[in-house]
Amino acid sequence: MTIIEGTKENFDTEVLKADVPVLVDFNAEWCPPCQALHPILEELAEEGGNFKIVAVDIDDQDELAEEYEVSSIPCLVVFSGGEETERKVGLQPKKRLQKMLGVK
Amino acid sequence: MYDIAIIGAGPAGLTAGIYGKRANKKVIAFEKLTAGGQIINTSKINNYPVTPGITGPEFGQALSKQAEDLGVEIEYSEVAHIDNNHDYFSIVTEDGNYTAKTIIIATGTEPRKLGLEHEDEFTGKGISYCATCDGAFYKDKVVAVNGGGNSALHEALYLSDIASKVYLIHRRDEFRASDDIVEKVKAKENIELVFGANITELAGDKKLSSITLDTGRTLEIDGLFVSIGRIPNASKLIDDLTIVDDDYVDAGEDCKTNISGVFVAGDVREKELRQLVTATSDGAIAATAAIKYISANS
Repeated sequence: MTIIEGTKENFDTEVLKADVPVLVDFNAEWCPPCQALHPILEELAEEGGNFKIVAVDIDDQDELAEEYEVSSIPCLVVFSGGEETERKVGLQPKKRLQKMLGVK
Repeated sequence: MYDIAIIGAGPAGLTAGIYGKRANKKVIAFEKLTAGGQIINTSKINNYPVTPGITGPEFGQALSKQAEDLGVEIEYSEVAHIDNNHDYFSIVTEDGNYTAKTIIIATGTEPRKLGLEHEDEFTGKGISYCATCDGAFYKDKVVAVNGGGNSALHEALYLSDIASKVYLIHRRDEFRASDDIVEKVKAKENIELVFGANITELAGDKKLSSITLDTGRTLEIDGLFVSIGRIPNASKLIDDLTIVDDDYVDAGEDCKTNISGVFVAGDVREKELRQLVTATSDGAIAATAAIKYISANS
């Protein structure tokens, strides 16, 4: 699968109304740990599974960042059935992300 | 059985791995977070030879690729404990156990926390340990920086260009930072220096909104950046390891610990200068010492 670019226009369909758990990565280009996280997310997406990954650039999508009260990045939020079920701030190892998504 | 087990895949650990593999040893490196270590939080590296301007994440990725291409196995698990069986070691991780003839501890350091109630709850909701990551969220807002060293002052300066006001809170009456940066901080009109104060209370509804100091003063703020140094956490890794000060591993420039077969490299070692270049240097020295130890004991 590919990582979907999240915007305020598609957030409802891609995240809130998704029929699988969604990992949303709030990030920014200038944030070093976000850059380090990126290849880990790509690996997860490539391996695939019963989930989706949506990346939200907080500079382009400041309204989304504000709505979800993101004030530290990278900020990783899992949505399931339209509800936020888990949130982790900062770089996370692949295993923890898999655990958040219920993979393995 | 591995020849060398490295705990921590940062610059010190992976350099040790590279030296180990080039001597044809069987090498594994354990990493609890991501290969590259602390350097991945750095935007630009300008003090390491040959690669001016490389970003921290690029450096970390290039280093782990070099190590893996040479055959260093990187296992993403946290090491809980190492048992000393005297002629070999058992490494206990959350995902299984491993054995090795030698150990190189290269676990680095992590940010020191305030140790206050609600700190974890407000982390990411007003409390940050990384101004360059999170500063942008505080445009025209009021923030505080806690700390008095070079990093804290750099963070205060960085934030003063974004936030409307920056309180710089320090427990002593003077900074422990270089003169030029102290001058710059003092020249900034929107940085208020708060000396001789410790934070005693964090308050807010869902996110941080105020802090109370032991001077009795309460500051209404939107964000708090904690920059009160870094701490290693090595002493629990293996029994009888000699540690000094704040849990740093006691070893000289030869990177040998008090335990035969256990070496230490990088920021976790008690030393004067903690830099990328001294970490990689330690990695080479520790691996070479481990290789010699294996030859002498086989």
